[in-house]
Amino acid sequence: MRRRLVYALAAPVLAGVAALTISAIALLAIGENPLDAFRAMWESVNSADSVTTIINTAAPYYVMGLAVALSFKMGLFNIGADGQFRLGAVVAAAAGAAVTLPAPIHVLYVILVAMAVAGAYAAIPGALKVTRGVNEVVATIMLNFIATGITAYLIATHFRDPKIPEQAQTKPLPKSAWLPALNRPLRWFGYHLPSQTVMQGFLIVAILTGVGFFLLVYKTRFGFDLRTSGANPRAALSSGVNPNAMIMKTIILSGALAGLAGMGPLLSDLHLYGDIFPTALGFTGIAVALLGRNHPGGIALAAVVWAGIEQAARGLPAVGVPQEIGKILQGTLLLAAVVAFEVVRRYGQAAQVRDAAAKAEALHRNVPLGMAAT
Amino acid sequence: MTATTSPPSNALNNAFDRTRTALDDSPPYVRPLLYAFGGLAVLSIVRIIAGAPEMTAGTTFIAAIAAMSPIVFAALGGLFSERVGVVNIGLEGMMILGTWFAGWAGWHWGPWAAVVAGAFGGALGGLLLAFVTVTFGVDQIVAGIAINLIAPGVTRFLSSELFVGRADGSITSSPAMSGTVQRFTFPFIAGGSFFGWHTPDPLGWLDKRRWFLVSDIAALGRGFTTSLAFTTILALVMLPVSGYVLWRTRFGLRLRSIGEKPSAADSLGVAVYRMKYIGVTIGGALAGLGGAWLAIDVRAYNQDQTAGRGFQGLAALIFGNWRPAGIGAGAGVFAFAQSLTQRAGTAPVRALFLLAMLIAVVLAVFLFARHRLPQAFGAIVIGGLAYLYYLSSKKHGVNNQIVFITPYVVTLLVLTFASQHLRPPAAEGRPWRKGDIT
Repeated sequence: MRRRLVYALAAPVLAGVAALTISAIALLAIGENPLDAFRAMWESVNSADSVTTIINTAAPYYVMGLAVALSFKMGLFNIGADGQFRLGAVVAAAAGAAVTLPAPIHVLYVILVAMAVAGAYAAIPGALKVTRGVNEVVATIMLNFIATGITAYLIATHFRDPKIPEQAQTKPLPKSAWLPALNRPLRWFGYHLPSQTVMQGFLIVAILTGVGFFLLVYKTRFGFDLRTSGANPRAALSSGVNPNAMIMKTIILSGALAGLAGMGPLLSDLHLYGDIFPTALGFTGIAVALLGRNHPGGIALAAVVWAGIEQAARGLPAVGVPQEIGKILQGTLLLAAVVAFEVVRRYGQAAQVRDAAAKAEALHRNVPLGMAAT
Repeated sequence: MTATTSPPSNALNNAFDRTRTALDDSPPYVRPLLYAFGGLAVLSIVRIIAGAPEMTAGTTFIAAIAAMSPIVFAALGGLFSERVGVVNIGLEGMMILGTWFAGWAGWHWGPWAAVVAGAFGGALGGLLLAFVTVTFGVDQIVAGIAINLIAPGVTRFLSSELFVGRADGSITSSPAMSGTVQRFTFPFIAGGSFFGWHTPDPLGWLDKRRWFLVSDIAALGRGFTTSLAFTTILALVMLPVSGYVLWRTRFGLRLRSIGEKPSAADSLGVAVYRMKYIGVTIGGALAGLGGAWLAIDVRAYNQDQTAGRGFQGLAALIFGNWRPAGIGAGAGVFAFAQSLTQRAGTAPVRALFLLAMLIAVVLAVFLFARHRLPQAFGAIVIGGLAYLYYLSSKKHGVNNQIVFITPYVVTLLVLTFASQHLRPPAAEGRPWRKGDIT
């Protein structure tokens, strides 16, 4: 148990050290003092306002990470979360702006539309894989670009807000479809945020999704089948899991979660879909899922770290260091992490084999030869 | 028992196999020529029906051949990488590195230095992919995604240091390249100059007549002979060169053997790890050349210049069944659709949808004759959608975004309907450790 904990911690620590070292070398190469830069980064995250920004940014990253992780868990690579969430968001934005409903139902309606559309779009690569054996990685990459084309087409034509002809964007959602901010409930608990700071309500959605993900994957039969299918498809098959049904269920659920992730920017921040809408959220989700090792706890940490680096980098121009060092830090962290996980996994496996061999030998030595037979 | 199930001799097989045609026994260059001829004939009919003569004008093909080059480079990059068994999702990232290095070197020393530097930048990306997947055995898809995420960050960081505040450089673009790459037009057939003498341009003359098929063939000929940038010629030459290296040399045989069965190659003394490194790095260099092509084309590095061409290259690689000739065809089709959108007037783009409808109908009839009813139904649905858009675009005009998705839709359709004809390298995607028996 103790050893498992060491192995679990070794990889992220190694990756963090490697990422910081490489970033420090990059800083030294351009003639900056890394310590000054890192201090500026720390100061940039060390305020209530910054922490709120980080949490607001991390919440959709987290849900997107969960969406991707669900498919990764069963060995499916849903690279298409990006296209799924954008298609879901654009249809949900248009559908939400087109109706008048009382507040809680309106929010729920928009969320359901987004999840349904994104899930349906994710069903395409699933169906192609199940019926035609098409590799889901390639299919989802193609579908990402197709979604880019379709969303651009939709906001330029059918879903365009006629009041703002110069901008290709949807009509803004009415107030009844906004997720309320969390400032007031936080005040009840004695947390007073600065007046300009808004803690977005999507945080609650993210937390609930995380809990739901944990229960689904680790406490239900479906979750067990999912994990078995990922770890050993043959074992899953012989235990009676229908692989095709499993693929369809997982990828549709993964897509629906991706659609939910897009609701962060839509319901809590921008309230419309346009060019300003974040585009690479799906790829951030992949990074966060990989960093968090597909575990709801790990992904939460990874989402906060990822958003934290973004916020920290904003403090760099003040000390004359390019903000892009944050991207280097993120990239090297991701690459170092996937390498470290693999190295530690292999090292752990070798250690296990060694242990087993040593145990067998010890057993053999302690038991007299004649006794071993009985 | 074994006697009855063993395959009959080849001649006997040919005699009894009804699907075998004269085409199968003809020399290897006949089939692609026939396809090209047939394709042009269909295009010619479509442009006449749709009243869009500029659809197959020489200028369209000249633009298409140029637009094809970066896709060809990217796809060849993927070919070298995947032929040694490493799936390359990171092509886009390697191309981005290529554009940056090309922009930097081109600003200092001109376009030819940009070509070299672009290849170098892409090779760095390839080396990183090889390092992570071969030495550490990290999942290849994961590593490729990581490279795509890292490359834009690295180039932006480098731009902030080396471009901001220098000449007309900025965080998103390099200073303009010094000098341009030379262009070449063939004399006597496309009107290029011959020792200072402006030769006649018979292809251009034929192209202008807009005769059925004849003019279209001339126009395609102009595409391959008129105003070719030397970087474009390099791309076109790399197609047969790659084919030769991979299929006609000892080195190529070794590379491909690793993508098919690494343990067998290992047992025969091929240095599997080293060859994997070489293949993936060459692939990266080729993708980098694609990036260099883009930077040289507009004489500067610009952020997001690649605009998904790495993925289009991946699509062309799959469309082309992991072979150079197929890659050329795939890249050509994608580039043709792109060059149509860039041309003024909506008629040619609308004609494209009419073309899609016709292809779908032909395909449906063909599939129906082969009793593949679900596929035939799918083809009819797709053809119907294309025709609906063709009709609606008459009133609402066309949206270039819809054409933008063509390469991706085509690739998905090929994957869906022709996946049984695709044959990727057998060991693709699987990490291999020395001692593994797969």
